[in-house]
Amino acid sequence: MSHETGSHNDVSDNLPSEQHGGHGAEAARTDPFADPGLPPHEHRRQDIDEKAAKHSERVVAGLFTLSMLGTLGFIASYVIFPVGKIVYIFPVGHVSALNFSLGLTLGLALFCIGAGAVHWARTLMSDEEIADERHRVDADDELRENVRQQWITGAKESGFGRRKLIRNTMFGAVSLVPLAGVVLLRDLGPLPEDKLQHTLWAKGKVLVNTNTNKPLRPEDIVVGSLTFGQPQGLEEADDDFQEQIAKAAVMIVRLKPEDIKDKREADWGHDGIVVFSKICTHVGCPISLYEQQTHHVLCPCHQSTFDLSDGARVIFGPAGHPLPQLRISVNGEGNLVALGDFEAPVGPAFWER
Amino acid sequence: MSTNNETPDRRGPTNPGERIAEWTDGRLGLYKLAKSNLRKIFPDHWSFMLGEVCLYSFTILILTGVYLTLFFHPSMNEVVYHGSYVPLQGVRMSEAFSSTVHISLDVRGGLLVRQIHHWAALIFIAAMIVHMMRVFFTGAFRRPREINWLFGWSLLFLGMFTGFTGYSLPDDLLSGTGVRFMEGAILSTPIVGTYLSMFLFGGEFPGHDFVGRFYSVHILLLPGLMAGLLVAHLILVFFHKHTQFPGAGKTEKNVVGSPLLPIYMAKAGGFFFLVFGVIAAIAAIASINPIWALGPYRPDQVSTGAQPDWYMGFSEGLIRVMPGWEIRAWGHTLVLGVFIPLMIFPLVMAAIAVYPFIESWVTGDKREHHLLDRPRNRPVRTGLGVAWLAWYFILLIGGGNDILATHFHLSIEDITWFVRIAFFVLPVIAFWVTKRICLGLQRRDRDKVLHGRETGIIKRLPHGEFIEVHEPLSQQQLHVLTAHEQPRPIDLGPEVDENGVERKANPVAKVRAKLSEGFYGEHSQIPKPTAEEYEEITSGHGHH
Repeated sequence: MSHETGSHNDVSDNLPSEQHGGHGAEAARTDPFADPGLPPHEHRRQDIDEKAAKHSERVVAGLFTLSMLGTLGFIASYVIFPVGKIVYIFPVGHVSALNFSLGLTLGLALFCIGAGAVHWARTLMSDEEIADERHRVDADDELRENVRQQWITGAKESGFGRRKLIRNTMFGAVSLVPLAGVVLLRDLGPLPEDKLQHTLWAKGKVLVNTNTNKPLRPEDIVVGSLTFGQPQGLEEADDDFQEQIAKAAVMIVRLKPEDIKDKREADWGHDGIVVFSKICTHVGCPISLYEQQTHHVLCPCHQSTFDLSDGARVIFGPAGHPLPQLRISVNGEGNLVALGDFEAPVGPAFWER
Repeated sequence: MSTNNETPDRRGPTNPGERIAEWTDGRLGLYKLAKSNLRKIFPDHWSFMLGEVCLYSFTILILTGVYLTLFFHPSMNEVVYHGSYVPLQGVRMSEAFSSTVHISLDVRGGLLVRQIHHWAALIFIAAMIVHMMRVFFTGAFRRPREINWLFGWSLLFLGMFTGFTGYSLPDDLLSGTGVRFMEGAILSTPIVGTYLSMFLFGGEFPGHDFVGRFYSVHILLLPGLMAGLLVAHLILVFFHKHTQFPGAGKTEKNVVGSPLLPIYMAKAGGFFFLVFGVIAAIAAIASINPIWALGPYRPDQVSTGAQPDWYMGFSEGLIRVMPGWEIRAWGHTLVLGVFIPLMIFPLVMAAIAVYPFIESWVTGDKREHHLLDRPRNRPVRTGLGVAWLAWYFILLIGGGNDILATHFHLSIEDITWFVRIAFFVLPVIAFWVTKRICLGLQRRDRDKVLHGRETGIIKRLPHGEFIEVHEPLSQQQLHVLTAHEQPRPIDLGPEVDENGVERKANPVAKVRAKLSEGFYGEHSQIPKPTAEEYEEITSGHGHH
């Protein structure tokens, strides 16, 4: 180890050898760009004029006093304004009187402490710049050698290098023990199995309107409308309502039969009524924007656009595959029913899909 | 001297404050700690304040966050709302959502604290990014501060996740949509995606667990890690002593400025109150995330114009403009359209983390640096930084493509295609333009050194010629404009050895030499004026 402090041995030869020239008047004679050294201190008005200093003192004290008033105002607002009171304040608009007054008084109380302290520092505390020395971060040779010896002594006394059996079993033990923690994570959730492949839809399930919870009949659905539906029997109060609706939500549209370009789509519908999963195949937002003239639906999250007249094909945006279609028919009571579950998993794509 | 271990002439404590200090010193060694730190010198520059904004907004987040935990119920148990907010009465919602509505509308000052907390989070992450830009553009990440760069980087990384887990807690319609997006992105992970999703949500999305899990991550795990990193970050700032800009009297071996006591105690301590005061005023005036108006989350409902908090905007941009590539083979699906954007995020973050090591490898510069670079004097680094910012900015545009389309009556397809192309092109343009500007500024510095400052005073000479009077720079200015180093690129050495045999150059060394040429070659810096050039011009003739 031939480390010499001072002459940086880790400097490549492409870099300038000196990081800075000398400074002072001596150097300036040979080097026109030499460092002139710290400029002389210039006094502020407050340093020489006691009247100005007194004025600054009053400003600082005034700010601290204002802060006290702010805190008192905060307490007063808390007591005076009821929590639900809404007032109109130009130009902010209709706001909660309590929130507005608490925030501004607290802001004032805090800001004035800060402004007072900063003004105090800038006008009354000494502004003379001081130079402090820096020292290299790394150790000198003597210290380095000292630590090396300590390390060698300690390592030798432990017998770590000599008794390999101890060393190797210790490595084994220490690297195995975190497995216990990993195993404990197993019960964070169930295995996926085929949970994402199925929804509540099944043969004969009646479609109900999500808003009214009433069965949907073909005559209720007019050309150009968009209706959100779900399987009958799924209730908001159900324990797994959120998980089920996240997969089973559908949208029902009616197209003129001649507008449907995809034969399978027409076959799976009923008299121009077609039902598609409402869950975007990109990352799972519910799709809700329908352009009835073009039969396009747009996901409001990432703008994936699907053509509902052409098998819900992706025509724009980041989605990777069409929305799954639900096969429907009409049952004996004249209600729309599913003929089975979706044939492809709904929602975002995944590895097992 | 056998029992009395105090020297007889030692002055005893004279007042209560000193007595407390003596008592503490006897137990904690307070005086030794204070000796090197009480009058610690910190240099003054407005940009050194940016890190303080981070520190103070973090402190505000802890204070307000603790208050919010007193009222928030991190539970997804379903309740029917019967509180004071009429539009939601009778609506089913999680306890998380109903307690957030309670904090906002029934707890006096609850809304203020919630809004301070949320505003402080936005400001915290913005301040970290701007602080990081300052450190990057001035080269403050160079030895000995590379590890502190990594600490700061980790704080930014964790800060974004803390923000995300935090704004997901109220379980409102907007944040639930964000969580759904995250779940969809996790599902795209090859092989293990569905398992990760099931384990994270305790079953199928949304399940009944994620609010409770995010809660412990948001209020304990991440802030705990961040508090530790923050303390380490500050200890290193004290240990290394702060960097300073070049100037008269400032060298690599000193630090010039004002002492901690009293100047920075007053200035920095006061600045905490300024930041807190401003955020409190913002929270009074500007409403943020009014969850009662958004309603509780339901996976089959969404609103238009859904946007994440701003710092997640770039990931939103990535996911929106990526084409929907899916590869299907052997009964499996590789969801590249989601997985690629998901991977770009950590890769870009990793690139930022390792930059100091890459630069020091390319330039061969392993020395300590305490004098900051002026960004113009390092055109390639500055160009890279601006290119990154341009890229970040274009992704924010991509993330807000729907908002832009509706506000400016543009086609969403056009914006998306613009972002797709600009994603690749704009950073290149930004790099090139920035480098040119830096070189132009270097030329200007050179002219100012050699010919002085343009005064704007026109002088007519006796023979009728008009000239502009140039005023020579002061010694101080001359020094500042010429103090920077101009390293030469790394030389590969001669192509043949002393025997005339062709040397096999190591391909890695070749790449390094090429990159080094890019950093410090003749196209990347304007030679600064030499003393000889200066003497020749100022010694009398040619003073125009």
